[in-house]
Amino acid sequence: MSSVKKPKLAVWKFASCDGCQLSLLDCEEELLAITQEITIAYFPEATRAVIKGPYDISLVEGSITTSHDAERIHRIRRISEHLITIGACATAGGIQALRNFADVDDFVSMVYANPAYIETLNKSTPIADHVFVDFELRGCPISKYQLVELISAFLNGRKPNIGTHSVCMECKMKGNACVMVAHGTPCLGPVTQMGCGAICPTYDRGCFGCFGPKETPNTRSLAAWFEQLQIPKDDIVRVFRGFNAYAEPFRKESEAHEK
Amino acid sequence: MKSRTIKVDYLARVEGEGKLYVKIKDNVVTDVRFSVFEPPRFFEALLRGRRFTEAPDITARICGICPVAYQMSSSQAMESLCGVTVPGPLRDLRRLIYCGEWIESHALHIYMLHAPDFLGYQDAISMAKDHPDVVNRALKLKKIGNDVMVLLGGREIHPVNPRVGGFYKVPTKESLTQLVEPLQWALEASLETVRWTSSLSFPEFERDYEFVSLRHPDEYPITEGRVASNKGIDITTDKFLDTFEEIHIAHSTSLQAKVKARDDYMAGPLARYCNNFDRLPEVAQKAARDAGLSEVCKNPFKSIIVRSVETVFACHEALRIIEGYEPPEKPFVEVPPRAGIGHGCTEAPRGLLYHRYEIDDDGIIKDARIIPPTSQNQKSMEEDLRFFVGKNLDLTDEKLTWQCEQVIRNYDPCISCSCHFLKLDIQRD
Repeated sequence: MSSVKKPKLAVWKFASCDGCQLSLLDCEEELLAITQEITIAYFPEATRAVIKGPYDISLVEGSITTSHDAERIHRIRRISEHLITIGACATAGGIQALRNFADVDDFVSMVYANPAYIETLNKSTPIADHVFVDFELRGCPISKYQLVELISAFLNGRKPNIGTHSVCMECKMKGNACVMVAHGTPCLGPVTQMGCGAICPTYDRGCFGCFGPKETPNTRSLAAWFEQLQIPKDDIVRVFRGFNAYAEPFRKESEAHEK
Repeated sequence: MKSRTIKVDYLARVEGEGKLYVKIKDNVVTDVRFSVFEPPRFFEALLRGRRFTEAPDITARICGICPVAYQMSSSQAMESLCGVTVPGPLRDLRRLIYCGEWIESHALHIYMLHAPDFLGYQDAISMAKDHPDVVNRALKLKKIGNDVMVLLGGREIHPVNPRVGGFYKVPTKESLTQLVEPLQWALEASLETVRWTSSLSFPEFERDYEFVSLRHPDEYPITEGRVASNKGIDITTDKFLDTFEEIHIAHSTSLQAKVKARDDYMAGPLARYCNNFDRLPEVAQKAARDAGLSEVCKNPFKSIIVRSVETVFACHEALRIIEGYEPPEKPFVEVPPRAGIGHGCTEAPRGLLYHRYEIDDDGIIKDARIIPPTSQNQKSMEEDLRFFVGKNLDLTDEKLTWQCEQVIRNYDPCISCSCHFLKLDIQRD
């Protein structure tokens, strides 16, 4: 047995679909190698065993939607050297942040017969609204390659090599024809951060913004192009109001077309 | 008076947040609760006002483990609502991507979530130290399922290619052919998985379940069929809500389903297997028989073997589809919206997934109702717990707690899905 102390990793869940933490188990070729380098100390989806904190890296999935969770994230921050959010829920509030544009009491009564049993906040908010976050990994779901890169960077004390440029750049590098120019298909590629490999245009559909707004996105210009394509106003609202609806640039753009 | 409480506050190796609570007084089980404390996300509400074509992408986000199931049930509901059927190669491709999800999800559950219980490990990673070949086989098998989803869907979690009416883009014959060799390996590995799981030791446990699954005239059900049970249910999917109901209880953010006329029921691999053994291909039937299974299996611990048999089926089916595949002229069928109500029912890896939508003439969603497999199984899980604890009171708290967890894991519950959906406390008074 090696006596070198391995860094401890914890995986935490808030309101989410489990897909981003599943990405870690989906690293089929890298998983056993990763566990050579780090100790999986807390990861209920994968193990019953619990090793007490503090933890070197905490991966946080999901958004804050209950007062209990709003307190729990502070406890997690206190026992985490590095706190990394994984995915659109943790980073922007997720699809469940659509409640932020509505009245949550209406939402509860639409789904549950006995609303009194349900305890929920009126907004779904990203982790960074509550505690300091060391790195936000984007995506709905995240890219497992970016996850491995991120863990590796933290283990080696270097900056993660994760771009903040647009899906358009990835798309051009793949040699795709532009779906918007060639087919008039509305596409969020110009304002969405890279990371997915421009899969939607590769499959002949427009990007729908899984990785959230890129650095300095010109959403206003893109929306003007959508208008030229005769996209109805309501649909422009819908396209910006997806899995990253509450990320500020997308939120503002959708609100600008709502009136 | 002697009392015991068995509690598990955060159930491990399941998808999502659930807990368990069992109270025992004078050696009688007095209370059993499997509860979901996953915060609700209100999908049925947030779907209102969205376009009918957005339902597959939005509902996929209910579950990162079985997104294809959500995409397929919602697409089917919208298509039936609009009077459109998706035939031929497009239907086959849907079955193929669904086979990928079955292989991936079953391999994950069999080896990484369920098997460690039988062998006394906390997780698959510690199991890998003593059984490296087994875990490597698991990871490779799982990856092949994912590869099917990546090729057809663009990515394994929340695929982007499926849509109402079919796909955005269909693969060439050549690109699908790349999957043949890996799937042939996967078929052999699943047969080995059946042999391996059948060598595990199982607690004595059987209940007289009502098994509810799809049933199709000539295929093992994945993408369509009538809803049927071994106790007389045989309905079209639009009669689902006439036959089943959901109850909202205080201790769970998941609704609990039951058969209106009776009580709890079981959905998932055991139900599909028992209702459709005759629809399995010869290779899967033989593997099941060789593993000592009869045509009906009422021991939920043995669901690990049945999942393996279903993995054999999924690999075989995927190969069959690829062999016969000729690309369609168009990747999708046009689905013009019309006002009405539509129902969709498909078999997620962990059981029946029902969707119902109402849309208007412009294709805007007015109402949505989703009943995931784990809501349907929740009451059955509690009944299993009550029955299991009652028969195993002589176990130590530690052992009993672990086995109670296993009772829940037998269902491969997906708690994120069921929320609108579960946490084990065992209390002995």
